[in-house]
Amino acid sequence: MLDSNKDGLKLEAMKRIITMIAKGRDPSHLFPAVVKNVVSKNIEVKKLVYVYLVRYAEEQQDLALLSISTFQRALKDPNQLIRASALRVLSSIRVPVIAPIVMLAIKESAADMSPYVRKTAAHSIPKLYSLDPEQKDELVAVIEKLLMDKATLVIGSAVMAFEQVCPERTDLIHKNYRKLCNLIVDVEEWGQVLILNMLTRYARTQFVDPNTKQPVPEKEFYEEEEEDEATDEPTRPRSLDADHRLLLRNAKPLLQSRNSAVVMAVAQLYYHLAPKNEVGTVARPLLRLVRSQREIQSVVLTTIASMSVKRKDMFEPHFKSFFIHTVDPLPVKLMKLDILTNLAGESNISLLLREFQVYIASQDSKFVAATIQAIGRCASNIKEVTSTCLAGLVALLSNKDEAIVAESVVVIKNLLQSQSADQEAIITKMIKLIDHVIVPVARASILWLIGEYCDKVAKYGPDVLRQMAKSFTNEEDLVKLQIVNLAAKLFVTNPKQTTLLCQYVLNLAKYDISYDIRDRARLIRNILFPSENIKAIKNPKKIFLAPKPAPILESKYKDRDTFQLGSLSHFLNIRANGYRDLPDFPEVAPDSTVRNVEPPSRPTSVNAERVSVSYAQEEKSKRKPTFYSSSSEEEEVDGEESKSETSETVTESDSEMSELQSEPDQDLDKKSISIQEKTAGKTADSTEDSDSSESETSSESEEDEIRPKAAQGTTSPPSAQTTKSNLDLLLDFDGAVPDIPTPIITPTIGGFLTPIVPTVTTSSSLMSNSVDSIVMSSPAYVANNPKELISRTAGNGIQVGIRFTRSPHLYSSTMASIELHFTNTTAEDLGEIKVANKVLPVGMTICDFPVVSSLPHGQTRTALIGIDFGDSTQAAVFDISIGDRILKLSIKPPIGEIIRAVSMSETYFLSQQVKLRGMQESTAVATLPPSVVDGHAICRRVYEVANVSPIPSSDPLVFRFGGQTLSSKTLVLITLKTEAPKVTVIVNCEKIIIGQMLANQVKEALDKH
Amino acid sequence: MIESIFLINGLGDIVMEKHWASAIPRSICDYFFDVQKSASRPEDVPPVIPVPHNYLINLLRNNLFFVAVISSEVPPLFVIEFLQRVVHIIEEYFGECKESIIKEQHVVVYELLDEMLDNGYPLATESNILKELIKPPNLFRTITNTVTGKSNVSSILPSGQLSNVPWRRADVKYANNEAYFDVVEEVDAIIDKMGGTVMAEIHGYIDCCIRLSGNPDLTLSFINPRLCDDVSFHPCVRFKKWEAERVLSFVPPDGNFTLMSYHVASNNIVAIPIYVKHNIIFREGTGGKMDLTVGPRTTMGKTVENVVLEITMPKSVLNCTLTVTQGRASFDSVTRVLLWDIGKIDPTKLPGCKGSIALQSGATIPSSNPVINVRFCVNQLAASGLKVNRLDMYGERYKPFKGVKYITKAGQFQVRLTIVGTTTVTAAAATFDCDYDRLGLIASATTCD
Repeated sequence: MLDSNKDGLKLEAMKRIITMIAKGRDPSHLFPAVVKNVVSKNIEVKKLVYVYLVRYAEEQQDLALLSISTFQRALKDPNQLIRASALRVLSSIRVPVIAPIVMLAIKESAADMSPYVRKTAAHSIPKLYSLDPEQKDELVAVIEKLLMDKATLVIGSAVMAFEQVCPERTDLIHKNYRKLCNLIVDVEEWGQVLILNMLTRYARTQFVDPNTKQPVPEKEFYEEEEEDEATDEPTRPRSLDADHRLLLRNAKPLLQSRNSAVVMAVAQLYYHLAPKNEVGTVARPLLRLVRSQREIQSVVLTTIASMSVKRKDMFEPHFKSFFIHTVDPLPVKLMKLDILTNLAGESNISLLLREFQVYIASQDSKFVAATIQAIGRCASNIKEVTSTCLAGLVALLSNKDEAIVAESVVVIKNLLQSQSADQEAIITKMIKLIDHVIVPVARASILWLIGEYCDKVAKYGPDVLRQMAKSFTNEEDLVKLQIVNLAAKLFVTNPKQTTLLCQYVLNLAKYDISYDIRDRARLIRNILFPSENIKAIKNPKKIFLAPKPAPILESKYKDRDTFQLGSLSHFLNIRANGYRDLPDFPEVAPDSTVRNVEPPSRPTSVNAERVSVSYAQEEKSKRKPTFYSSSSEEEEVDGEESKSETSETVTESDSEMSELQSEPDQDLDKKSISIQEKTAGKTADSTEDSDSSESETSSESEEDEIRPKAAQGTTSPPSAQTTKSNLDLLLDFDGAVPDIPTPIITPTIGGFLTPIVPTVTTSSSLMSNSVDSIVMSSPAYVANNPKELISRTAGNGIQVGIRFTRSPHLYSSTMASIELHFTNTTAEDLGEIKVANKVLPVGMTICDFPVVSSLPHGQTRTALIGIDFGDSTQAAVFDISIGDRILKLSIKPPIGEIIRAVSMSETYFLSQQVKLRGMQESTAVATLPPSVVDGHAICRRVYEVANVSPIPSSDPLVFRFGGQTLSSKTLVLITLKTEAPKVTVIVNCEKIIIGQMLANQVKEALDKH
Repeated sequence: MIESIFLINGLGDIVMEKHWASAIPRSICDYFFDVQKSASRPEDVPPVIPVPHNYLINLLRNNLFFVAVISSEVPPLFVIEFLQRVVHIIEEYFGECKESIIKEQHVVVYELLDEMLDNGYPLATESNILKELIKPPNLFRTITNTVTGKSNVSSILPSGQLSNVPWRRADVKYANNEAYFDVVEEVDAIIDKMGGTVMAEIHGYIDCCIRLSGNPDLTLSFINPRLCDDVSFHPCVRFKKWEAERVLSFVPPDGNFTLMSYHVASNNIVAIPIYVKHNIIFREGTGGKMDLTVGPRTTMGKTVENVVLEITMPKSVLNCTLTVTQGRASFDSVTRVLLWDIGKIDPTKLPGCKGSIALQSGATIPSSNPVINVRFCVNQLAASGLKVNRLDMYGERYKPFKGVKYITKAGQFQVRLTIVGTTTVTAAAATFDCDYDRLGLIASATTCD
């Protein structure tokens, strides 16, 4: 039929084949005939062939290869559904030979237009990985790309691939963390589960434990408004990292999901990550799940049982929900019982015991036994009811059901050990029962009790032993052992009456079938009745009647929470394949800035560069309000205000920034509008209906509700002001817009305005709250003597010296201020000095010095000029007229002078350095002259060539320096690793040329004798 | 992730198997059969069974086990929830999920499973999307297919998959636009032998049947939304709106779905719509007598319907002879289940049931207490008092036909009985009772302090 020309017949044939597969019969002998039909035009035939292929290709690899070209063709199909299904089947065919083809297909599809195809690509990754693990590196690259994807359809699958292929690469998550948090509500439910589980582990490695009490940490985002509280109490629970809070906040709505797996994932996330007082929110949703089908019920109850051990308060108000219905299956009953016992406290114990009493009358003996144990546990945990429970249990001893009696005996035994009251009466009662009790465990327990408390029931002991000795041979091993024990104990306390009996029992035991009992008898005999050649043990009483610690009755779910709640391992209490431990919280939070988003690449067009600010800078701008300092006049006035705003801009930026990522194609024009809208919208209550605006406003409002309201008043007016005062620059900015491709700019007011204002203040009054940022610092070294720029002879008697002051120029902080020393060695007095003619390369600006009135004979005049070199070492060439002479100056800055010293913490340094690896890292090896021995000398040499500031280093042999290029604020990081006499100079800088030049200059400086 | 799925019936036959990664031999099911055999009831099979190298996660529906084979760590609820979704989809396609139907529709089910999972990871689980990928069979289509040779499989990608409302089909058109809401509440309660309420909870859900053309945006508001303690929503409901205004705002899926489920917890007082008076006395040697009366309690004037009482008698009971004033009573001597199907309760003439119980010869008075499981149904009443206020529609012009229905049902509703023996009273119970009284006094004394 498969060879027929009619589609209908083919379809019929395929259907029969599929039915065979489904029933488990093996139609693999039909493979050649089926494979031919892969080219069929009929979509249903095709689909069924696909199904068949996927199932049997592994077994018939050679034949399966015939079909590959069809798939390759289909991958180029204009219909996305066909592309996707082709990729799906292609990757599902487990034939190792085609791994490279699949790899290629995955790579292509990962960049497909259709999110559906991209999703399929993400699904294919783990398939290929299991087929050929060697492709891992390439796959990780694809995963990285897919994680960046903004379509909610893709993200879930991308995370799935991440979890299966490279769960250890947390560095891939950093940049996507905030995006994941913000989009999680919109991801399909299966993806939500995976993302939540993954983020739980991620958060465990990135944030500190919210429940440890700690002295107030210095670098808190919210420090300002919390300061007053902090002064009152020296220790308080740590306030959460903003990202940590973001995760918790965005996960919370998912508790309302209809999918129990999602609810559970959120619940475990809260349990493992949230501060103690917030975990309670998951109690109700979990209770809701308890109501669902039996399968879900048992998983949820396991989790609740674990939670209730540690967090009794969460479920205590709801304990009635765990009352047991007769229709519950047995495992569910037992779990509920355990939970009830965990929740038992003084307030609810009377109700609980009444419930338990009903359960004891149940028909299921296993359940009854468990109930008795539960009563025992309650009794030992809650002192008030111990005697009540004990009395109740003793009453149960007269029950008709022997299983119940046995269970009670065992529980009573445990209770008596921990409780001294009223033992005699109870034991007496139990002794009377021994003839009726058949269950071996119970008999053994009674015997043990008699032995243990033989001094209290001295009258009965020997009598019981006599009876037991009679029936010894018919007893179970367990009971026999206890009889032997009892004999020994009685002999020790009461040798007069029991010596003979004891010997008789030991003799019986000596010839027992079980070697265990024989051994025990031999041991005891040797202790109690030592023969001549063995030394008698002095005090057998101490051995046999040593005080024994009472057993602790506790929930069997006690230690389960070492496993991640809701996981398979947790449910089974076994480590499942592929289970990864939940890492402990780190002592100190790793650097949070790694989660700040950086764009993949930036244009190098000069125009754009001049206007847009580097991203490192933007990150900084979140913490530092840099927008007031456009001109020095304003600086002082606004400094105060901006300082107070620091904290607001920071907290808002987190939520806002990630929002904007979801609309990446928005150009800047639009963005500026949207931000204006936003500032306007914040003050009024937003009432828009659309989902996005809702999430926007709410994510802002939830946490920041109180603060921004106060702050908003101040936020908008200054921004307007600055915009006006920098109108010309704003125009400039607009012109540059098309050159910036989809930059992801921190849309704080500060971040938004930074591009407009090309200046950054160095005012120390703007010290950031956070240590993890860059702080301007004063140069470590400033040259005192000017260098000669134009010699006396070349300048016709005028000597020009030059000195880099290493302080920012007043006009603009991107300018290096340069001191020019003019010395008149001619015989005549010269007229005024001024800049005459300047022809500058693009991107360079010069701020002229004020005209120096005259240069008399033999005198020296100085002038301060500001030059923005635009981060290049091209010479600034300009003419200076001195009187009637024209002097051509060419100032070529040493690379170290277009840098400005900045300081930062070591961790921040390292985290930034990590981002600037590879091409952006330049190295050079210098050999130190013998004169340079200590660190100071080395540092000094570095300071001489470059305006950098030292960064504290934990390693005495490693020196670190930080700097920033003047105009684009690109970070320049210098690391010196000394291994005397060699020094490795590493310079990390986004601008490769600067990095290389600087590395060479530092090397030369160090080499110098 | 999910490696394979086996469908196993109650007798231990494999109805169907589907593999995603390499085929897993059927022999793996032997472990499952072992557990299945050892469990006294099918419900007692644990949901997760660890076997060497793998884990079997199963779901029981209609006496059919859906067994998923897992090879590595995955949240068990993830798998269970997925299997549940499979059952749900099969029900949507074929009306119900039964062994016979699956056997008949092997190919479609197989195709469905193929679409739902990719490499063991859920792919398309929304029924609306699946229905566009694989058309559900109906009589008309079956006929046209056989005539024209067309297929059930569609060749275009369902638009919903890519839109931001994946649950709704595009281009829905109806001649009659209607939206029906069923507010169903289930009362879970345990009533003790004195008629007091030990615990009572209400679980409610709103089932919708929505047939509206185009892309309507609905807003459903309640008169008293604060009643709901804990809610869960279909993904279509906008959570923020609920948080802020306590209204349900959503673009509905097409057809039947559960919009929302909620929980009214035990700290609210729950109106119990029914009571049972009972009196069972045993006499040593001869047997016993029983007397049951059922009556309505708080029903707001509505009639209680479909009342069924079910009692599982203790082991030693041999037979019951019963006379009832209303309905039908029967006793199954094998399972020892007494079933009394009453039907509607007329408040003026309360139904009663009297009879004698025969014990096995020589058996003592049973010590365990039976429980009455009660089923009932009250129409036009929501036990919690939840009321729908209004339904507004935006985005479309036509006027839909709207309807709301309330039903209260018994969930796990049980009444505890005590058996009174005339000769010996079970000692355990008696002792406990007086102890509790003492304890109660102590407790109240401490609270007074």
